[in-house]
Amino acid sequence: MTSHFLLMVLFAGFVSVVFAALMRDQPREQVRLGATLFAGFVLAGVVLGWLMYPIPL
Amino acid sequence: MAGRSSQRAKLSGPGGDSAGFRPAWVCVAAWAVPGAGHLWLGRTRQGVVFLLTLPVMFAVGLFLEGRIFPFDMSEPLVALASVADFGNGLAYLAARAAGWGGGRVVAATYEYGNAFLIVAGLLNALVVIDAYDIALGRK
Repeated sequence: MTSHFLLMVLFAGFVSVVFAALMRDQPREQVRLGATLFAGFVLAGVVLGWLMYPIPL
Repeated sequence: MAGRSSQRAKLSGPGGDSAGFRPAWVCVAAWAVPGAGHLWLGRTRQGVVFLLTLPVMFAVGLFLEGRIFPFDMSEPLVALASVADFGNGLAYLAARAAGWGGGRVVAATYEYGNAFLIVAGLLNALVVIDAYDIALGRK
């Protein structure tokens, strides 16, 4: 289990679920916020990964 | 909302009477077992989510060979990580007692394991604060 992407997705999933449950009361809003956070985490991880690709120069 | 307010009014502390209800006990329960505070306060769905998510996250961190950091003030970052790990409650104490969480620095997943362990503890700290707010009627 050394896939960096899989572990990042798993991490994003856990954090998104907890944040969504903490910050919203209604199930529909929790699902929406959780999905938004999850997509944001994964997208940011991929984008930052590409930006850091040339490092160290 | 009205249902939750009346539910709070009926809450009783460990002593059994509502006058003895102490938000501090909710915090202790929420720290010890993630989600226990919310379950105690009648937020069943949230409590179950925390109860399932945070211990699994902690277990994944151990599985990934992360380290449960010792409290070492000579290394400030290690001390901060230790405080974050402590947020995992009884699971943290059990893991320390069992000798788990030694961490294997050369493992490819070592840093991921640390991230899972530390963030699980920090998230549980947020859950404790949320339970405290609910117990005081702020939410």
